[in-house]
Amino acid sequence: MAPILKVRNLVTRFHTVDGVIHAVNGVSFDLEEGETLAFVGESGCGKTVTALSIVGLIPRPPGRVEEGEVILFDGERERDLLRLSEPELRHIRGGQIGFIFQDPMTSLNPVLSIGQQIAESLQEHLGMGAAEARRRAVELLDRVGIPDPQRRYNSYPHQFSGGMRQRAMIAIAIACRPRILIADEPTTALDVTVQAQIVELVQELRSELGMAVIWITHDLGIVAGLADRVQVMYGGLVVERAPVDALYETPLHPYTIGLLGALPRLDQAGAGRLANIEGTPPDLFAPPRCCPFAPRCACAFDRCWQEVPPLVEIVPRHEVACFFDVVTGRARNDG
Amino acid sequence: MQRYLLSRLLQSLAVIFGVFVLVFFMVRLTGDPASLMMPREASPEEVEAFRHAMGFDRPLIVQFLDFTSRAMVGDFGNSLHYRLPALPLILERLPATVELASVALLIAIVFAVPLGLIGGSRPGSVWDAVARAVGLFGQSIPNFWLALILILVFAVRLGWFPSFGRGGPESVVLPAIALGVFTMGQLVRLTRSAVLEIRSEDYIRTAYSKGLRSRVIYVRHILRNAAIPLVSVIGVQFGYMLGGSIYIETIFSWPGLGRLAADSIGVRDFPMVQAIAVFTSFVVVVLNLLTDLAYALIDPRIRYGE
Amino acid sequence: MASREAVLGLEARGIRYRSGRLARLLLRDRGGVFGLVVFILVVVAALFSPWLAPHGPLEQHLAFSKQPPAWSAGGSWEYPLGTDNLGRDILSRVIYGSRVSLTVGFFGVLIAGTIGLVVGLISGYVGGRVDGIIMGIVNVVLALPYLLFVVFIAAILGRSLLNVILIFGITDSPIFVRVTRGEVLRIRQSGYVEAAISLGASRWRIIFDHILPNLIGPLITLATFEMSGMIFYEAGLGFLGLSVPPSVPSWGNMLSNGRKYLVNAPWIATFPGLAILFTSLGMNLLGDWLRDVLDPRLRRAKK
Repeated sequence: MAPILKVRNLVTRFHTVDGVIHAVNGVSFDLEEGETLAFVGESGCGKTVTALSIVGLIPRPPGRVEEGEVILFDGERERDLLRLSEPELRHIRGGQIGFIFQDPMTSLNPVLSIGQQIAESLQEHLGMGAAEARRRAVELLDRVGIPDPQRRYNSYPHQFSGGMRQRAMIAIAIACRPRILIADEPTTALDVTVQAQIVELVQELRSELGMAVIWITHDLGIVAGLADRVQVMYGGLVVERAPVDALYETPLHPYTIGLLGALPRLDQAGAGRLANIEGTPPDLFAPPRCCPFAPRCACAFDRCWQEVPPLVEIVPRHEVACFFDVVTGRARNDG
Repeated sequence: MQRYLLSRLLQSLAVIFGVFVLVFFMVRLTGDPASLMMPREASPEEVEAFRHAMGFDRPLIVQFLDFTSRAMVGDFGNSLHYRLPALPLILERLPATVELASVALLIAIVFAVPLGLIGGSRPGSVWDAVARAVGLFGQSIPNFWLALILILVFAVRLGWFPSFGRGGPESVVLPAIALGVFTMGQLVRLTRSAVLEIRSEDYIRTAYSKGLRSRVIYVRHILRNAAIPLVSVIGVQFGYMLGGSIYIETIFSWPGLGRLAADSIGVRDFPMVQAIAVFTSFVVVVLNLLTDLAYALIDPRIRYGE
Repeated sequence: MASREAVLGLEARGIRYRSGRLARLLLRDRGGVFGLVVFILVVVAALFSPWLAPHGPLEQHLAFSKQPPAWSAGGSWEYPLGTDNLGRDILSRVIYGSRVSLTVGFFGVLIAGTIGLVVGLISGYVGGRVDGIIMGIVNVVLALPYLLFVVFIAAILGRSLLNVILIFGITDSPIFVRVTRGEVLRIRQSGYVEAAISLGASRWRIIFDHILPNLIGPLITLATFEMSGMIFYEAGLGFLGLSVPPSVPSWGNMLSNGRKYLVNAPWIATFPGLAILFTSLGMNLLGDWLRDVLDPRLRRAKK
C-alpha cells in the first residue's frame, strides 16, 4: 500500500501568556491510500492539534508548528505541506484534504444557507459557475442522505437537526472529492443511533471516493468497527500503533490496556466495575523528559522516569513506545 | 419572526405611551406649568388667565387625555413664541436635521467599519492600535468642544469650510464630523470586537479548512455575521443623532430641530419644547422599530426561526 | 451534597484575586494604568483645588484679560493657561471646575447605582409581575432620546448643582437596574442559590453572601463608564447654560463662555475641553481595564 501522507517528527507548540503549551511533541506516521487510520486518546493528547497542523489550521499568533515534515504524495510529486506558501496550501485544503469538525452547530456559518456553504467550495476549487455548483450541491446533499435536497439547499443550519447538520458538513468536506478526509470527533456531539449512521455514511463515501480517512476520537468503542489501523496518543506523542485487530487482541502499551479496560465489553458482562485509569492528564506546559504516562502507569520503573521511550516496532506493523514489556511482565531488553 | 416583530411593536407602543406620560409630567414638575411658561414679571392675574386659557386648571386626567388624544392626530398645541401651531414648525425644520444626521452617520460608517474590520483581523498590529485609539477617542471627545475646534481650525484659520448656516454641501461637513465622531468611535469598537470574536468561531475555521480565499472569508463569512449587531447599533445611533444634535446645531447655527429646541428653551417656550420632545421620541421609536425589522431580516435565525 | 465550604469557595474564587496577579494585570495593560492615573489626578485636583490653583477661580484681573497661555507671545507664567474675558485665570478655573464634574459624576452615579441596585435586586429576585412592570418601565426610559429629556428637565428645574445631580442620578438608574437584574438572574440560574437554599441559608444570607459580591464587579465597571458619561453631559448642560449657575466654575460653563471669544481668544474654550477629553479618556480606559479584570467570564488569554 502506497503512502499518501507521510508525517515526520511533527512538533507544535502554543505560546500563550501563561506559558508555552507543548501540544505535539514529535509525532510521525504514514497514512496509506484508502485506509482508515484512527487517532485515539483523551482530551489534550494532541490528536486534534496534529490533524490541524497538517493543513495549517493552527491559529497562528499563539500556535506554531515548530518542526517536522508533512509530505503529501500526488502521483509522482511529493510536497511538504509545512513549507508551502499560503495560496498553495489553500488549494490543498478542501481540494485534496477535507475536514469534518466535531460540533456541526458551531462549525457551520449560521447566516449562510447550507447549499451556499457547499457551493462555495465547488466554486473555489473546481471553478464551477453558480448554477452548476448549485446542481452539484443538491446532488451532494442527496448523497449524504438529506431528504428533499432541492428545498434544503436554501435552508439554514439552525433549521437542521444535529445528525443532518453533520451530514451537511460531510457533504461540504467531500464536495471536491478530496483524497484525504480528516474527521475530528464527528460523532461525539451526536446521540448513539445517529452516530452509527454517520459512521456508515463515511465508510460508504470512503470506498466510493477512494479516500484515506483519519478518524479522531477518544472513544475506543467506535474505532473497532471503523478503522484499519489505530494510533494511540498520549501527552503529544504516539504511544502505540497497530492494525485494529492486533490492538484489541494484544495491546502492548499500559495506557491502551487501561483504555480497553475502561471500555464496557460484551464478553465481560457482569465482570465487576470498569477499570479506571488513575491519575490526572499530563502537564502540557512543562513536559517532563520521561515517559509522559509514567505518573499514571502501574508498570512504571526507573528507566521510565529517565528517558522518553521511542516508538519501536515490536511485531510487524505493531509499534509501541514503552520500556515495559507487558507480555513478559519485565523490562523490555531491546532498544 | 412574526412573534418577534409583534412583541417589538407592542413594546414600541408602550414606549410611546411612556413618552406621553413623561412629557406630560415634565412640564408639571415644578407644580405649576402656568408660572413656568409665563414670563417672570407676569402678574398673578395674568398667570391665572393663562392657566385657564391653557386648561391647566382642569383635573390631571382630563388634561392628560386631552393632551394625548390631540397629539395622536398631530395637534401639539401652539408655540408660545411663534404663536403658530407647533407641528408645522417642527416639520419645517426636520429636513435639516435629517440631512445632518444622515451625513454624520455616513461619515461614521465609511470610516469606522473598514477600520474596525482591518483592526479586528490583525490583532496586535498597527491597524489594531489605530482602531482602538480611534474608538477610544471617538467615545471620549466632547462633540461640542470638537465642533469649536473644528470651526477654529478649518473655518477660521484655514477657511476651508463655512462655520455656520446650511448652504451647499461644504456647509454640512464640519457639523457632520462633530456629530458623527461619537458614533464613529462606537462603530469602530463594535466592528473590531465583532470581527475579533467571529474570527475565533468554529465556522470560520471550517471556512479556512475549505480553502477559501481570505477576502471571501472576510466579506462573506465574517462581515456578514458582524453586520447583525452593527445594524442594531447603527439604527440606535441614528436615533441618538436625531435627538442629540442640539449642541451641534446651536454651534453651527444649523436650522434644524435641535436648534429649534435650544432656542425654545432659551425663550421658555415650553409648549414647543413639549412638542419637540414628543415628536422626536416618536421618530426615535419608529426608527428603533425599523432597526428591529432590519435585524430580523438579516439574521436567518430570527427570520426563519424554528 | 455540596459542602458549605465548597459552595462558598466556588464563588469566592471567582471574585478574589491574589494581589500579585492584580499587579501583573495592571502593569500589563498600560491603558488601565493611564486611566487610573488620570482618575487620581482629577480627584486630587478636585479635593485640593485651593492648594493647587495659583489663583482663585472667581478672581478677576481685568487688566490682564484675554491673555494667551504662557508659551505664546504676550503670555506669562503668572497665568499659565491664559485668562478669560474677565481676567480670570484659566488654569485655576479648570482645576476648580473638576469639583463640579467630579461631584456630579460621583454623586450622580451613587444615586443611580443605589436606586439601580435596590430596584434591580427586587426585580431579579422577586420576579413575576413585579419584574415585568419594572422592566417595562426601564425599557421605556431607556428607549427615549436621553439628551433631549435631560436638557428639557434641566431647563424646567433651573440651574443648580443639586438639580443636575438629581437629574442624572434618576435618569441614569435604569441602566443600573438592568445590569443588576441581569446579574441576579444569572446567579440564580447558575445553581449557587439552589445549593445555598438546600443548605438552609436564609434569604438575606443568600443575598449578602452570594449575590452582592458578584454584583460588585459589573456595577463598579458600569459606574466608571456612567460617571464618565455624566461628566460629559454635565459639561454639555453647562454649555447650554443649564447646569450650575454662571458664578460657579465648571468646564461646561467655561466652554459656553469661551465660545464667544473663540476667534480671538481660543484658549478660553480649548483648555476646559481638553480637561473633559482627558478625564473621559482616562475613565473609559479605567472602565475597560476594570471590565477585563473584574469579570472573570470575559478574561481570556491576551496575545
